[in-house]
Amino acid sequence: MTRVVLLLAMVLAFGVMKLPAERALFMQHRQLRFRGVEFNLDLRQQIGQLGFIAALSGFRSIVADIFFIQAHVAWERTEWGRVFFLFRQVTTLQPHAILFWDMAAWHMGWNASVAALNDRTQPRLALRIKAQREYFALAKDLLQRGIENNPEKPQLYESLARLYKDKYKDHARASEFFAKAAALPGAPRYVKRFSAYELSYCEDREREAYERLRQLYDMGEDERLPTLITRLKFLEDKLNIPQDRRIPDTER
Amino acid sequence: MQVEIIETHHRPFSLARVSAITLNTLTELTRQKVFYILLIFALLLIGSSIFMARLSFQHEFQILKDVSLGAMSIFTSLLAIIATARLIPQDTEDRTVYTILAKPVPRLEYILGRLAGVLLLLAISILLMTAMFMAVLYTREQTVLHETLRQMAAAPREQLDDALRGVRSSALNVDLLPGIAIIYLKACLLTALTLFVSTFATTNIFTIAVMVFIYFIGHLQATAREYWLQETNASLIARIFLAVVALIFPDLQAFNLIDDIVVGAAIPLGLFAKTALLGIFYTTIYTLLAAFVFQGKEL
Repeated sequence: MTRVVLLLAMVLAFGVMKLPAERALFMQHRQLRFRGVEFNLDLRQQIGQLGFIAALSGFRSIVADIFFIQAHVAWERTEWGRVFFLFRQVTTLQPHAILFWDMAAWHMGWNASVAALNDRTQPRLALRIKAQREYFALAKDLLQRGIENNPEKPQLYESLARLYKDKYKDHARASEFFAKAAALPGAPRYVKRFSAYELSYCEDREREAYERLRQLYDMGEDERLPTLITRLKFLEDKLNIPQDRRIPDTER
Repeated sequence: MQVEIIETHHRPFSLARVSAITLNTLTELTRQKVFYILLIFALLLIGSSIFMARLSFQHEFQILKDVSLGAMSIFTSLLAIIATARLIPQDTEDRTVYTILAKPVPRLEYILGRLAGVLLLLAISILLMTAMFMAVLYTREQTVLHETLRQMAAAPREQLDDALRGVRSSALNVDLLPGIAIIYLKACLLTALTLFVSTFATTNIFTIAVMVFIYFIGHLQATAREYWLQETNASLIARIFLAVVALIFPDLQAFNLIDDIVVGAAIPLGLFAKTALLGIFYTTIYTLLAAFVFQGKEL
Protein backbone atom coordinates (compact mmCIF):
# COMPACT_ATOMS: atom_id res chain seq x y z
CA MET A 1 0.00 0.00 0.00
CA THR A 2 2.82 2.38 0.98
CA ARG A 3 4.49 1.59 -2.32
CA VAL A 4 1.34 2.46 -4.27
CA VAL A 5 0.97 5.78 -2.43
CA LEU A 6 4.64 6.49 -3.02
CA LEU A 7 4.26 5.67 -6.71
CA LEU A 8 1.25 7.99 -7.03
CA ALA A 9 3.18 10.74 -5.26
CA MET A 10 6.10 10.23 -7.67
CA VAL A 11 3.80 10.36 -10.71
CA LEU A 12 2.20 13.59 -9.48
CA ALA A 13 5.57 15.11 -8.60
CA PHE A 14 6.78 14.26 -12.10
CA GLY A 15 3.61 15.85 -13.46
CA VAL A 16 4.31 19.08 -11.60
CA MET A 17 7.92 19.05 -12.81
CA LYS A 18 7.03 18.55 -16.48
CA LEU A 19 4.23 21.12 -16.56
CA PRO A 20 6.39 24.28 -17.01
CA ALA A 21 8.46 22.61 -19.75
CA GLU A 22 5.33 21.48 -21.59
CA ARG A 23 3.78 24.94 -21.34
CA ALA A 24 6.95 26.66 -22.53
CA LEU A 25 7.07 24.34 -25.54
CA PHE A 26 3.37 24.90 -26.22
CA MET A 27 3.87 28.68 -26.16
CA GLN A 28 6.83 28.41 -28.52
CA HIS A 29 4.70 26.31 -30.90
CA ARG A 30 2.02 29.00 -30.78
CA GLN A 31 4.60 31.69 -31.45
CA LEU A 32 5.89 29.77 -34.47
CA ARG A 33 2.29 29.17 -35.61
CA PHE A 34 2.60 25.39 -35.20
CA ARG A 35 -0.43 23.42 -33.97
CA GLY A 36 -2.51 25.79 -36.10
CA VAL A 37 -5.68 23.78 -35.70
CA GLU A 38 -8.34 24.16 -33.03
CA PHE A 39 -9.86 20.77 -32.27
CA ASN A 40 -13.46 21.74 -31.61
CA LEU A 41 -17.01 20.63 -32.46
CA ASP A 42 -17.02 22.64 -35.67
CA LEU A 43 -14.04 20.71 -36.97
CA ARG A 44 -15.57 17.43 -35.77
CA GLN A 45 -18.72 18.17 -37.83
CA GLN A 46 -16.64 19.11 -40.84
CA ILE A 47 -14.36 16.10 -41.03
CA GLY A 48 -16.44 13.32 -39.50
CA GLN A 49 -15.69 11.12 -36.52
CA LEU A 50 -12.96 8.96 -38.08
CA GLY A 51 -11.17 11.91 -39.59
CA PHE A 52 -11.36 13.75 -36.30
CA ILE A 53 -9.88 10.81 -34.37
CA ALA A 54 -7.11 10.41 -36.93
CA ALA A 55 -6.36 14.13 -36.84
CA LEU A 56 -6.33 14.04 -33.04
CA SER A 57 -3.88 11.14 -33.07
CA GLY A 58 -1.24 13.12 -34.87
CA PHE A 59 -2.17 12.23 -38.45
CA ARG A 60 -3.64 15.59 -39.38
CA SER A 61 -1.62 15.95 -42.57
CA ILE A 62 -2.53 12.48 -43.86
CA VAL A 63 -6.25 13.15 -43.25
CA ALA A 64 -5.84 16.43 -45.14
CA ASP A 65 -4.19 14.56 -48.05
CA ILE A 66 -7.01 12.03 -48.20
CA PHE A 67 -9.58 14.83 -48.38
CA PHE A 68 -7.43 16.53 -51.00
CA ILE A 69 -7.41 13.44 -53.20
CA GLN A 70 -11.20 13.21 -52.76
CA ALA A 71 -11.48 16.86 -53.78
CA HIS A 72 -9.41 16.07 -56.87
CA VAL A 73 -11.85 13.28 -57.80
CA ALA A 74 -14.82 15.63 -57.16
CA TRP A 75 -13.19 18.19 -59.46
CA GLU A 76 -12.85 15.59 -62.23
CA ARG A 77 -16.59 14.96 -61.83
CA THR A 78 -17.24 18.72 -61.74
CA GLU A 79 -19.06 18.43 -58.39
CA TRP A 80 -18.26 22.01 -57.41
CA GLY A 81 -20.15 22.07 -54.10
CA ARG A 82 -18.27 18.99 -52.95
CA VAL A 83 -14.96 20.41 -54.18
CA PHE A 84 -15.50 23.49 -52.02
CA PHE A 85 -16.67 21.45 -49.01
CA LEU A 86 -13.62 19.16 -49.19
CA PHE A 87 -11.19 22.01 -49.70
CA ARG A 88 -12.64 23.76 -46.67
CA GLN A 89 -11.76 20.64 -44.64
CA VAL A 90 -8.32 20.37 -46.22
CA THR A 91 -7.43 23.98 -45.48
CA THR A 92 -8.83 23.74 -41.95
CA LEU A 93 -6.61 20.74 -41.23
CA GLN A 94 -3.49 22.10 -42.92
CA PRO A 95 -3.75 25.90 -42.72
CA HIS A 96 -0.03 26.36 -43.41
CA ALA A 97 0.00 24.45 -46.71
CA ILE A 98 0.08 27.24 -49.30
CA LEU A 99 -0.68 24.93 -52.21
CA PHE A 100 -3.97 23.81 -50.66
CA TRP A 101 -5.25 27.39 -50.33
CA ASP A 102 -4.00 28.22 -53.81
CA MET A 103 -5.54 25.15 -55.39
CA ALA A 104 -8.86 25.66 -53.58
CA ALA A 105 -9.04 29.28 -54.77
CA TRP A 106 -8.06 28.30 -58.30
CA HIS A 107 -10.86 25.73 -58.49
CA MET A 108 -13.42 28.25 -57.23
CA GLY A 109 -12.20 31.31 -59.14
CA TRP A 110 -11.21 29.74 -62.45
CA ASN A 111 -13.01 26.41 -62.82
CA ALA A 112 -16.26 26.53 -60.84
CA SER A 113 -16.95 30.13 -61.90
CA VAL A 114 -16.58 29.29 -65.61
CA ALA A 115 -18.74 26.21 -65.17
CA ALA A 116 -21.40 28.36 -63.46
CA LEU A 117 -21.37 30.90 -66.31
CA ASN A 118 -21.72 28.14 -68.90
CA ASP A 119 -24.32 26.20 -66.96
CA ARG A 120 -26.86 25.08 -69.58
CA THR A 121 -29.39 24.07 -66.94
CA GLN A 122 -29.79 27.73 -65.95
CA PRO A 123 -31.42 29.69 -68.78
CA ARG A 124 -31.17 33.11 -67.10
CA LEU A 125 -27.88 34.84 -67.76
CA ALA A 126 -28.28 37.14 -64.73
CA LEU A 127 -28.42 34.15 -62.42
CA ARG A 128 -25.44 32.52 -64.13
CA ILE A 129 -23.41 35.72 -63.66
CA LYS A 130 -24.54 35.90 -60.05
CA ALA A 131 -23.35 32.31 -59.48
CA GLN A 132 -20.06 33.12 -61.19
CA ARG A 133 -19.51 36.09 -58.88
CA GLU A 134 -20.28 33.96 -55.87
CA TYR A 135 -17.47 31.63 -56.89
CA PHE A 136 -15.13 34.62 -57.31
CA ALA A 137 -16.06 35.68 -53.80
CA LEU A 138 -15.34 32.18 -52.48
CA ALA A 139 -11.93 32.24 -54.17
CA LYS A 140 -11.20 35.66 -52.66
CA ASP A 141 -12.29 34.52 -49.22
CA LEU A 142 -10.08 31.40 -49.43
CA LEU A 143 -7.06 33.45 -50.45
CA GLN A 144 -7.66 36.06 -47.74
CA ARG A 145 -7.92 33.36 -45.09
CA GLY A 146 -4.84 31.70 -46.51
CA ILE A 147 -2.96 35.00 -46.19
CA GLU A 148 -4.18 35.43 -42.60
CA ASN A 149 -2.69 32.02 -41.81
CA ASN A 150 0.51 32.56 -43.79
CA PRO A 151 1.22 36.29 -43.83
CA GLU A 152 4.93 35.81 -44.48
CA LYS A 153 4.58 33.76 -47.70
CA PRO A 154 4.37 35.67 -51.03
CA GLN A 155 2.51 33.03 -53.11
CA LEU A 156 -1.02 33.73 -51.86
CA TYR A 157 -0.64 37.51 -52.23
CA GLU A 158 0.35 36.82 -55.84
CA SER A 159 -2.66 34.54 -56.35
CA LEU A 160 -5.01 37.15 -54.88
CA ALA A 161 -3.47 39.74 -57.18
CA ARG A 162 -4.14 37.47 -60.17
CA LEU A 163 -7.74 37.01 -59.04
CA TYR A 164 -8.22 40.79 -58.88
CA LYS A 165 -6.51 41.21 -62.25
CA ASP A 166 -8.15 38.41 -64.24
CA LYS A 167 -11.55 38.05 -62.63
CA TYR A 168 -12.45 41.34 -60.95
CA LYS A 169 -10.49 43.49 -63.45
CA ASP A 170 -9.49 45.58 -60.45
CA HIS A 171 -6.02 46.74 -61.46
CA ALA A 172 -5.43 48.90 -58.39
CA ARG A 173 -6.03 46.01 -55.99
CA ALA A 174 -4.04 43.66 -58.24
CA SER A 175 -1.12 46.08 -58.16
CA GLU A 176 -1.40 46.41 -54.39
CA PHE A 177 -1.21 42.64 -53.82
CA PHE A 178 1.58 42.10 -56.36
CA ALA A 179 3.49 44.79 -54.47
CA LYS A 180 2.79 43.09 -51.13
CA ALA A 181 4.08 39.80 -52.57
CA ALA A 182 7.18 41.53 -53.95
CA ALA A 183 8.01 42.95 -50.52
CA LEU A 184 8.24 39.49 -48.96
CA PRO A 185 11.33 37.28 -48.92
CA GLY A 186 11.32 34.50 -51.51
CA ALA A 187 9.07 36.37 -53.97
CA PRO A 188 9.84 35.88 -57.67
CA ARG A 189 11.36 38.94 -59.36
CA TYR A 190 8.52 39.30 -61.84
CA VAL A 191 5.90 40.22 -59.21
CA LYS A 192 7.46 43.64 -58.75
CA ARG A 193 7.16 44.20 -62.51
CA PHE A 194 3.59 42.91 -62.51
CA SER A 195 2.67 45.35 -59.78
CA ALA A 196 3.92 48.24 -61.90
CA TYR A 197 2.16 46.90 -65.04
CA GLU A 198 -1.14 46.72 -63.17
CA LEU A 199 -0.71 50.21 -61.81
CA SER A 200 -0.17 51.48 -65.34
CA TYR A 201 -3.78 50.52 -66.15
CA CYS A 202 -5.17 52.59 -63.27
CA GLU A 203 -6.51 55.99 -64.21
CA ASP A 204 -5.09 58.86 -62.14
CA ARG A 205 -2.13 56.77 -61.04
CA GLU A 206 -0.19 56.91 -64.26
CA ARG A 207 2.52 59.14 -62.80
CA GLU A 208 3.23 56.68 -59.99
CA ALA A 209 3.18 53.78 -62.46
CA TYR A 210 5.57 55.63 -64.75
CA GLU A 211 8.04 56.25 -61.90
CA ARG A 212 8.00 52.59 -60.94
CA LEU A 213 8.35 51.29 -64.48
CA ARG A 214 11.17 53.71 -65.17
CA GLN A 215 12.91 52.62 -61.99
CA LEU A 216 12.69 49.01 -63.17
CA TYR A 217 13.92 49.98 -66.63
CA ASP A 218 16.94 51.72 -65.11
CA MET A 219 17.83 48.58 -63.18
CA GLY A 220 19.31 47.06 -66.34
CA GLU A 221 18.81 44.83 -69.37
CA ASP A 222 17.22 41.99 -67.39
CA GLU A 223 14.19 44.13 -66.58
CA ARG A 224 13.75 45.62 -70.06
CA LEU A 225 11.14 43.15 -71.23
CA PRO A 226 8.73 43.85 -74.13
CA THR A 227 5.66 44.47 -71.91
CA LEU A 228 7.61 46.87 -69.69
CA ILE A 229 8.85 48.87 -72.67
CA THR A 230 5.37 48.96 -74.24
CA ARG A 231 3.75 50.22 -71.03
CA LEU A 232 6.54 52.71 -70.43
CA LYS A 233 6.19 54.13 -73.96
CA PHE A 234 2.44 54.35 -73.52
CA LEU A 235 2.82 56.30 -70.27
CA GLU A 236 5.52 58.56 -71.72
CA ASP A 237 3.05 59.57 -74.42
CA LYS A 238 0.16 59.94 -72.04
CA LEU A 239 2.11 61.97 -69.47
CA ASN A 240 3.89 64.05 -72.12
CA ILE A 241 7.31 63.18 -70.79
CA PRO A 242 9.96 65.44 -72.42
CA GLN A 243 11.84 63.80 -75.28
CA ASP A 244 15.22 64.00 -73.57
CA ARG A 245 13.91 61.97 -70.59
CA ARG A 246 12.22 59.27 -72.64
CA ILE A 247 13.71 55.83 -73.23
CA PRO A 248 15.39 55.43 -76.63
CA ASP A 249 13.13 54.71 -79.58
CA THR A 250 15.26 51.73 -80.50
CA GLU A 251 13.60 50.00 -77.55
CA ARG A 252 10.21 50.37 -79.23
CA MET B 1 46.73 -28.43 0.89
CA GLN B 2 46.26 -24.87 0.02
CA VAL B 3 42.92 -23.87 -1.39
CA GLU B 4 42.95 -20.83 -3.55
CA ILE B 5 39.82 -18.83 -3.31
CA ILE B 6 39.16 -16.73 -6.32
CA GLU B 7 37.06 -13.77 -5.42
CA THR B 8 34.90 -12.55 -8.21
CA HIS B 9 33.88 -9.01 -7.67
CA HIS B 10 30.22 -8.45 -8.39
CA ARG B 11 29.50 -4.97 -9.63
CA PRO B 12 26.18 -3.45 -8.56
CA PHE B 13 25.72 -2.13 -12.10
CA SER B 14 27.24 -3.63 -15.21
CA LEU B 15 26.90 -2.34 -18.74
CA ALA B 16 27.96 -5.75 -20.05
CA ARG B 17 24.95 -7.40 -18.37
CA VAL B 18 22.62 -4.69 -19.69
CA SER B 19 24.10 -5.16 -23.19
CA ALA B 20 23.57 -8.92 -22.99
CA ILE B 21 19.88 -8.43 -22.12
CA THR B 22 19.59 -5.76 -24.81
CA LEU B 23 20.95 -8.02 -27.54
CA ASN B 24 18.83 -10.88 -26.32
CA THR B 25 15.72 -8.68 -26.44
CA LEU B 26 16.62 -7.50 -29.94
CA THR B 27 17.08 -11.07 -31.15
CA GLU B 28 13.78 -12.13 -29.60
CA LEU B 29 11.91 -9.23 -31.16
CA THR B 30 13.38 -9.68 -34.64
CA ARG B 31 12.24 -13.30 -34.58
CA GLN B 32 8.63 -12.22 -34.22
CA LYS B 33 6.45 -12.24 -37.31
CA VAL B 34 4.58 -9.12 -36.20
CA PHE B 35 7.77 -7.07 -36.56
CA TYR B 36 8.29 -8.12 -40.17
CA ILE B 37 4.63 -7.68 -41.05
CA LEU B 38 4.64 -4.13 -39.66
CA LEU B 39 7.99 -3.29 -41.24
CA ILE B 40 7.05 -4.65 -44.66
CA PHE B 41 3.73 -2.82 -44.48
CA ALA B 42 5.47 0.46 -43.58
CA LEU B 43 8.07 0.04 -46.36
CA LEU B 44 5.34 -0.80 -48.87
CA LEU B 45 3.40 2.26 -47.82
CA ILE B 46 6.47 4.48 -48.20
CA GLY B 47 7.23 2.90 -51.60
CA SER B 48 3.66 3.22 -52.82
CA SER B 49 3.41 6.83 -51.71
CA ILE B 50 5.08 7.69 -55.01
CA PHE B 51 2.00 6.40 -56.84
CA MET B 52 -0.39 8.01 -54.37
CA ALA B 53 1.40 11.31 -54.86
CA ARG B 54 0.90 11.12 -58.63
CA LEU B 55 -2.85 11.25 -58.07
CA SER B 56 -2.47 14.90 -57.34
CA PHE B 57 -0.41 17.01 -59.66
CA GLN B 58 1.59 19.86 -58.06
CA HIS B 59 1.17 18.50 -54.51
CA GLU B 60 3.00 15.27 -55.09
CA PHE B 61 6.01 15.97 -52.85
CA GLN B 62 3.79 17.09 -50.00
CA ILE B 63 1.63 13.95 -50.25
CA LEU B 64 4.69 11.76 -50.64
CA LYS B 65 6.19 13.23 -47.47
CA ASP B 66 2.89 13.13 -45.57
CA VAL B 67 2.28 9.47 -46.35
CA SER B 68 5.85 8.39 -45.70
CA LEU B 69 6.31 10.28 -42.45
CA GLY B 70 2.82 9.23 -41.34
CA ALA B 71 3.72 5.59 -42.05
CA MET B 72 6.91 5.99 -40.04
CA SER B 73 5.01 7.54 -37.16
CA ILE B 74 2.27 4.88 -37.13
CA PHE B 75 4.73 2.01 -37.47
CA THR B 76 7.16 3.16 -34.78
CA SER B 77 4.33 3.97 -32.33
CA LEU B 78 2.64 0.61 -32.95
CA LEU B 79 5.90 -1.29 -32.71
CA ALA B 80 6.90 0.55 -29.53
CA ILE B 81 3.62 -0.41 -27.85
CA ILE B 82 3.17 -3.95 -29.21
CA ALA B 83 6.79 -5.06 -28.80
CA THR B 84 7.14 -3.67 -25.28
CA ALA B 85 3.74 -4.74 -23.97
CA ARG B 86 4.56 -8.42 -24.30
CA LEU B 87 8.06 -8.39 -22.82
CA ILE B 88 7.45 -8.67 -19.07
CA PRO B 89 4.19 -10.70 -19.15
CA GLN B 90 5.79 -13.11 -21.67
CA ASP B 91 8.94 -13.45 -19.55
CA THR B 92 6.80 -14.15 -16.50
CA GLU B 93 4.69 -16.69 -18.36
CA ASP B 94 7.73 -18.44 -19.87
CA ARG B 95 9.52 -18.16 -16.50
CA THR B 96 12.51 -16.59 -18.29
CA VAL B 97 12.43 -13.75 -15.81
CA TYR B 98 13.14 -16.17 -12.94
CA THR B 99 16.16 -17.60 -14.75
CA ILE B 100 17.54 -14.11 -15.35
CA LEU B 101 16.86 -12.71 -11.90
CA ALA B 102 18.14 -15.87 -10.18
CA LYS B 103 21.56 -14.83 -11.44
CA PRO B 104 23.09 -11.74 -9.88
CA VAL B 105 21.26 -9.42 -12.25
CA PRO B 106 19.65 -6.42 -10.54
CA ARG B 107 16.09 -5.72 -11.60
CA LEU B 108 17.06 -2.23 -12.80
CA GLU B 109 19.48 -3.81 -15.27
CA TYR B 110 16.78 -6.16 -16.50
CA ILE B 111 14.42 -3.22 -17.11
CA LEU B 112 17.15 -1.14 -18.78
CA GLY B 113 18.23 -4.05 -20.97
CA ARG B 114 14.69 -4.75 -22.09
CA LEU B 115 14.08 -1.06 -22.81
CA ALA B 116 17.35 -0.65 -24.72
CA GLY B 117 16.51 -3.73 -26.81
CA VAL B 118 13.24 -2.21 -27.98
CA LEU B 119 14.87 1.20 -28.55
CA LEU B 120 17.55 -0.46 -30.68
CA LEU B 121 14.90 -2.26 -32.72
CA LEU B 122 13.04 1.03 -33.21
CA ALA B 123 16.28 2.75 -34.27
CA ILE B 124 17.01 0.04 -36.85
CA SER B 125 13.43 0.23 -38.17
CA ILE B 126 13.45 4.00 -38.45
CA LEU B 127 16.82 3.94 -40.21
CA LEU B 128 15.48 1.45 -42.75
CA MET B 129 12.36 3.51 -43.31
CA THR B 130 14.34 6.76 -43.57
CA ALA B 131 16.65 5.21 -46.18
CA MET B 132 13.65 4.02 -48.18
CA PHE B 133 11.89 7.38 -47.84
CA MET B 134 14.97 9.37 -48.89
CA ALA B 135 15.56 7.07 -51.87
CA VAL B 136 11.93 7.46 -53.04
CA LEU B 137 12.02 11.23 -52.54
CA TYR B 138 15.38 11.66 -54.27
CA THR B 139 14.36 9.50 -57.25
CA ARG B 140 11.13 11.43 -57.69
CA GLU B 141 12.90 14.78 -57.29
CA GLN B 142 15.41 13.92 -60.02
CA THR B 143 12.61 12.81 -62.35
CA VAL B 144 10.63 16.01 -61.77
CA LEU B 145 13.76 18.15 -62.25
CA HIS B 146 14.48 16.48 -65.60
CA GLU B 147 10.85 16.84 -66.68
CA THR B 148 10.88 20.53 -65.71
CA LEU B 149 14.12 21.14 -67.61
CA ARG B 150 12.70 19.44 -70.69
CA GLN B 151 9.33 21.23 -70.56
CA MET B 152 10.81 24.65 -69.88
CA ALA B 153 13.78 24.45 -72.23
CA ALA B 154 12.52 27.44 -74.21
CA ALA B 155 11.46 29.49 -71.17
CA PRO B 156 13.48 32.50 -69.95
CA ARG B 157 16.33 31.68 -67.56
CA GLU B 158 14.63 33.50 -64.67
CA GLN B 159 11.45 31.40 -64.94
CA LEU B 160 13.39 28.17 -65.30
CA ASP B 161 15.46 28.96 -62.20
CA ASP B 162 12.29 29.76 -60.23
CA ALA B 163 10.70 26.48 -61.30
CA LEU B 164 13.79 24.42 -60.42
CA ARG B 165 14.14 26.22 -57.08
CA GLY B 166 10.46 25.46 -56.37
CA VAL B 167 10.96 21.73 -57.05
CA ARG B 168 14.12 21.55 -54.93
CA SER B 169 12.63 23.39 -51.96
CA SER B 170 9.52 21.22 -51.91
CA ALA B 171 11.35 17.89 -52.25
CA LEU B 172 14.29 16.53 -50.28
CA ASN B 173 15.54 18.94 -47.63
CA VAL B 174 17.45 18.81 -44.38
CA ASP B 175 14.44 19.98 -42.31
CA LEU B 176 12.97 16.50 -42.61
CA LEU B 177 15.67 15.00 -40.39
CA PRO B 178 14.64 16.74 -37.11
CA GLY B 179 11.08 15.60 -37.84
CA ILE B 180 12.22 11.98 -38.17
CA ALA B 181 14.31 12.30 -34.99
CA ILE B 182 11.22 13.54 -33.14
CA ILE B 183 9.17 10.58 -34.44
CA TYR B 184 11.83 8.34 -32.90
CA LEU B 185 11.77 10.23 -29.59
CA LYS B 186 8.00 9.87 -29.42
CA ALA B 187 8.40 6.13 -29.96
CA CYS B 188 11.04 6.02 -27.17
CA LEU B 189 8.62 7.79 -24.83
CA LEU B 190 5.85 5.32 -25.72
CA THR B 191 8.23 2.40 -25.15
CA ALA B 192 9.17 3.59 -21.66
CA LEU B 193 5.54 4.31 -20.80
CA THR B 194 4.42 0.89 -22.09
CA LEU B 195 7.18 -0.74 -20.02
CA PHE B 196 5.92 1.14 -16.96
CA VAL B 197 2.31 0.03 -17.57
CA SER B 198 3.42 -3.56 -18.21
CA THR B 199 5.17 -3.74 -14.83
CA PHE B 200 1.80 -3.76 -13.06
CA ALA B 201 -0.33 -5.27 -15.84
CA THR B 202 -0.96 -8.98 -15.90
CA THR B 203 -1.52 -9.45 -19.62
CA ASN B 204 -0.16 -7.78 -22.71
CA ILE B 205 -3.70 -7.17 -24.02
CA PHE B 206 -4.39 -5.04 -20.95
CA THR B 207 -1.17 -3.09 -21.51
CA ILE B 208 -1.95 -2.50 -25.19
CA ALA B 209 -5.53 -1.38 -24.37
CA VAL B 210 -4.28 1.04 -21.70
CA MET B 211 -1.63 2.38 -24.04
CA VAL B 212 -4.16 3.01 -26.82
CA PHE B 213 -6.19 5.13 -24.36
CA ILE B 214 -3.05 6.92 -23.19
CA TYR B 215 -2.11 7.57 -26.81
CA PHE B 216 -5.39 9.37 -27.49
CA ILE B 217 -5.49 11.16 -24.13
CA GLY B 218 -1.85 12.21 -24.62
CA HIS B 219 -2.78 13.98 -27.84
CA LEU B 220 -5.53 15.87 -26.00
CA GLN B 221 -3.45 16.58 -22.90
CA ALA B 222 -2.36 20.04 -24.07
CA THR B 223 -6.00 21.09 -24.60
CA ALA B 224 -6.93 19.84 -21.10
CA ARG B 225 -3.87 21.50 -19.55
CA GLU B 226 -4.49 24.89 -21.13
CA TYR B 227 -8.17 24.78 -20.18
CA TRP B 228 -7.25 23.86 -16.59
CA LEU B 229 -4.67 26.60 -16.27
CA GLN B 230 -6.61 29.34 -18.04
CA GLU B 231 -10.30 28.70 -17.43
CA THR B 232 -11.25 29.92 -13.96
CA ASN B 233 -15.02 29.44 -14.28
CA ALA B 234 -14.91 25.64 -14.59
CA SER B 235 -16.46 23.58 -11.78
CA LEU B 236 -14.24 22.03 -9.11
CA ILE B 237 -14.80 18.50 -10.40
CA ALA B 238 -13.93 19.56 -13.94
CA ARG B 239 -10.79 21.31 -12.70
CA ILE B 240 -9.67 18.26 -10.71
CA PHE B 241 -10.28 16.01 -13.73
CA LEU B 242 -8.33 18.33 -16.02
CA ALA B 243 -5.50 18.63 -13.49
CA VAL B 244 -5.21 14.83 -13.28
CA VAL B 245 -5.09 14.56 -17.10
CA ALA B 246 -2.50 17.34 -17.33
CA LEU B 247 -0.28 15.95 -14.56
CA ILE B 248 -0.39 12.24 -15.33
CA PHE B 249 -0.33 12.03 -19.11
CA PRO B 250 2.46 13.15 -21.46
CA ASP B 251 1.82 15.89 -24.04
CA LEU B 252 2.13 13.86 -27.23
CA GLN B 253 1.10 16.78 -29.45
CA ALA B 254 4.46 18.36 -28.62
CA PHE B 255 6.04 15.63 -30.78
CA ASN B 256 3.77 16.12 -33.79
CA LEU B 257 5.96 18.50 -35.72
CA ILE B 258 5.82 16.59 -39.01
CA ASP B 259 2.46 18.18 -39.92
CA ASP B 260 4.23 21.52 -40.06
CA ILE B 261 7.53 20.25 -41.46
CA VAL B 262 5.86 18.76 -44.56
CA VAL B 263 4.41 22.15 -45.48
CA GLY B 264 7.85 23.71 -45.41
CA ALA B 265 8.20 24.98 -41.84
CA ALA B 266 11.77 24.81 -40.57
CA ILE B 267 12.22 23.63 -36.99
CA PRO B 268 14.47 26.04 -35.08
CA LEU B 269 17.39 24.37 -33.34
CA GLY B 270 16.20 25.64 -29.95
CA LEU B 271 12.76 24.12 -30.41
CA PHE B 272 14.24 20.84 -31.57
CA ALA B 273 16.59 20.74 -28.58
CA LYS B 274 13.75 21.47 -26.12
CA THR B 275 11.52 18.80 -27.68
CA ALA B 276 14.37 16.29 -27.63
CA LEU B 277 15.12 17.10 -23.97
CA LEU B 278 11.45 16.73 -23.07
CA GLY B 279 11.36 13.36 -24.84
CA ILE B 280 14.49 12.16 -23.04
CA PHE B 281 13.11 13.46 -19.74
CA TYR B 282 9.81 11.57 -20.20
CA THR B 283 11.63 8.39 -21.24
CA THR B 284 13.96 8.55 -18.23
CA ILE B 285 11.20 9.20 -15.72
CA TYR B 286 8.91 6.46 -17.06
CA THR B 287 11.85 4.03 -17.05
CA LEU B 288 12.65 4.90 -13.43
CA LEU B 289 8.98 4.48 -12.51
CA ALA B 290 8.95 1.10 -14.27
CA ALA B 291 12.08 0.07 -12.37
CA PHE B 292 10.51 1.22 -9.09
CA VAL B 293 7.35 -0.86 -9.62
CA PHE B 294 9.31 -3.84 -10.91
CA GLN B 295 11.60 -3.66 -7.87
CA GLY B 296 8.64 -4.21 -5.55
CA LYS B 297 6.91 -6.78 -7.77
CA GLU B 298 6.51 -10.24 -6.23
CA LEU B 299 7.93 -12.80 -8.62
